[in-house]
Amino acid sequence: MKQMYPYYFLIPAGIIYSVFFLVPTAMSFFYSMTWWTLDDWEFIGFENFVQFFQEPSLRIGFRNTLVFAFTSMGGKAVLGLLLATFLTTKIRNKDLLRSVVFFPALLSTIAVGYTFKSMMHPTNGLINSALSKLGITGPNWLGNPDIALFSVILTEIWKGVGIATVIFIAGIMAIPKDYYEALKIDGGNSWQSFFHITLPLSRPALNTVIILALIGGLRNFDLVWAMTGGGPGFSTDLLASIVYKQYASGFFGLATAGNVLMFIFVALIAFPIFKFLNRKEVDL
Amino acid sequence: MTKKKLHFLTIVSFLFIFMLLAGCSNSDSTSSEGGSSGSSEGSSGESSGTDEPVTLTLLIGESDDTEGFRAVIAEIEKELNIKTEVELRPGGPEGENVVKTRLATGTMNDLVLFNSGSLLMALNPDKYFVDLSGEAFMDRVMDTYKEVVSDNGKVFAIPNKSSQVGAWLYNKKIYEELGLEVPKTWDELMENSEKIKAAGKTAVIGTYGEIWTSQLPILADYYNVNSEVPDFAEQYTAGEAKYSNTPEALRGFERIQEIGERGLMNEDFAVATYNQGMEMLANGEGAHYPMLSQVLPLIKENYGDKVEDIGVFPQPSDSPDTNGLTVWMPSGIMINKESAHVDAAKKWMEFYISDKAIEIYESHSKSIGPYVIEGVEVPEDSYAAVKEMMPYFESGNVYPALEFVSPIKGPNLPQICTSVGSLQMTAAEAAKMYDDDVEKQAKQLGLDWD
Repeated sequence: MKQMYPYYFLIPAGIIYSVFFLVPTAMSFFYSMTWWTLDDWEFIGFENFVQFFQEPSLRIGFRNTLVFAFTSMGGKAVLGLLLATFLTTKIRNKDLLRSVVFFPALLSTIAVGYTFKSMMHPTNGLINSALSKLGITGPNWLGNPDIALFSVILTEIWKGVGIATVIFIAGIMAIPKDYYEALKIDGGNSWQSFFHITLPLSRPALNTVIILALIGGLRNFDLVWAMTGGGPGFSTDLLASIVYKQYASGFFGLATAGNVLMFIFVALIAFPIFKFLNRKEVDL
Repeated sequence: MTKKKLHFLTIVSFLFIFMLLAGCSNSDSTSSEGGSSGSSEGSSGESSGTDEPVTLTLLIGESDDTEGFRAVIAEIEKELNIKTEVELRPGGPEGENVVKTRLATGTMNDLVLFNSGSLLMALNPDKYFVDLSGEAFMDRVMDTYKEVVSDNGKVFAIPNKSSQVGAWLYNKKIYEELGLEVPKTWDELMENSEKIKAAGKTAVIGTYGEIWTSQLPILADYYNVNSEVPDFAEQYTAGEAKYSNTPEALRGFERIQEIGERGLMNEDFAVATYNQGMEMLANGEGAHYPMLSQVLPLIKENYGDKVEDIGVFPQPSDSPDTNGLTVWMPSGIMINKESAHVDAAKKWMEFYISDKAIEIYESHSKSIGPYVIEGVEVPEDSYAAVKEMMPYFESGNVYPALEFVSPIKGPNLPQICTSVGSLQMTAAEAAKMYDDDVEKQAKQLGLDWD
């Protein structure tokens, strides 16, 4: 087959990709096996990995990362699909509502984190003040180690549901109207239209949302750091924040080893899921 | 047409590679030749810098930004024609990270204010900062201070203010109202706290929202540890003494745990900030705040004369006979080796620790403890709390905090302390975890522990 573009078109992108991704990745594999002070290193084999696995907060980190990724992904997918279904029906002010749903995605994560942090303050925060007006004593959202992680997850869902909704809207709009008409002629109701047409045929959109949300959740860092800093104690530490703290402590080799492990961990979870989901896709 | 395109693309990609290489090599050369380029540029700065105004950049922590400090800087601009551009960074681990990153990437300001003692040692000061041991103005600085800012026989910093103590600040009005006496033992302190709690006030102010503040009850316990185990620092630095195998040191974690278990802290302790803690203490909503005395001038600035209601007592030990203050050496101001204005910075420093500068500083922000500069006395009109601490200094019942007598401080202590205070971890678990943390830091410092 004749190529549509010559190969040298790849050069600029290839250079950027190598310099900013491939080379640093290769370097990080090397430095993860050294004792490193940024301008001096000593090869120590797998000692950093051994030490990283002995990290006492690591168990919490792995558990929290999985909980964070899957819960926020589930929340975004379910809410996003429901919102998208709602926003593709015939309602008034559809464009306005779509913009409102998408709006949180435009904000900086750090700004969202700080805003929710002050709203979730146990005594002076907006949320608990409002709840107390209704006679409910709100929980200590970020101060209680048992629920702090879920407070951050709620914020992440609030922030990420807009993108998921937009992807779902695009997916739903791509479904040919014929299917719905056929269903109508056969006398189907709207539940059937959702479960037998919308849901299976927006599968590609669902897969995209799941993969994006999952990978985003697995390597989330900024929101947790802005809201809790991994605290109270280590209760909301994610893998990324553990790595960050090690880096901040000056343990550069150890932190790099942590990053390599995180890379492998994300890949091990994301690739099989990606494969699995793609197999289930149906052609329109 | 395609040939032209090919040429164009090749040129563009070569330009790209060239730029990237130039970028890499540039950063390499600045970091490796730092010392020599710093001194040569410094001397060129001297020849032209006498008349023309020089601008020095300075990186300081938010809590170091006092009125007195600003007043001295303004005076330096007037007298020496050296303008100082102050940049603020957060305190605690977040701030340490900013400083470490700036140093490692060669983007540090001309002057930097940072902790003395073990935290300074963790920066590898010999590599980044100008040696001041030969400067005449360093003679004014007491040897006790020079010790905590020296490495390999070189001295790197001048003190930014007076020394201070880590202790229990308390609201004297609450003590009067409830008829309480200053506690001499830990049990008495707990009794007092229970009474304060019963009276509907916060007994112990916790501000874990800024996690460095959570460490005070363990760090300020060091006078007590040292009184009972005088060789702890030495053994700890050698990797022999651990928190988990030294019951006297473990007490610090146990005290944090006890405060948590008794529920003595404010409801929002897990998220409250340093500023909120200071407000609670000044307004009498909270009775005790285990804190550094550096908070006093900030209370004065924000809450005026309420600072006179604040008193101080040492963290009590388990015996009434052991009662003394744990002292913090002042933070240091260092000159970046790569600065283009090393000589101007030295002049800046000479003025900063002169009698005149200290007088100006005092007229805005009073000292928070004795000075570490020869011949400078704590003034008569100091804060009430500072007057209360002077007898301990006069009778010699003071000892530096562990971070000034050992080069090792584990970086995760703040997180570990908040885990204990919020009852997610017991004191014994915390001690074990901190021992591991300390060991990692010792490895990174290149200490041989095996």
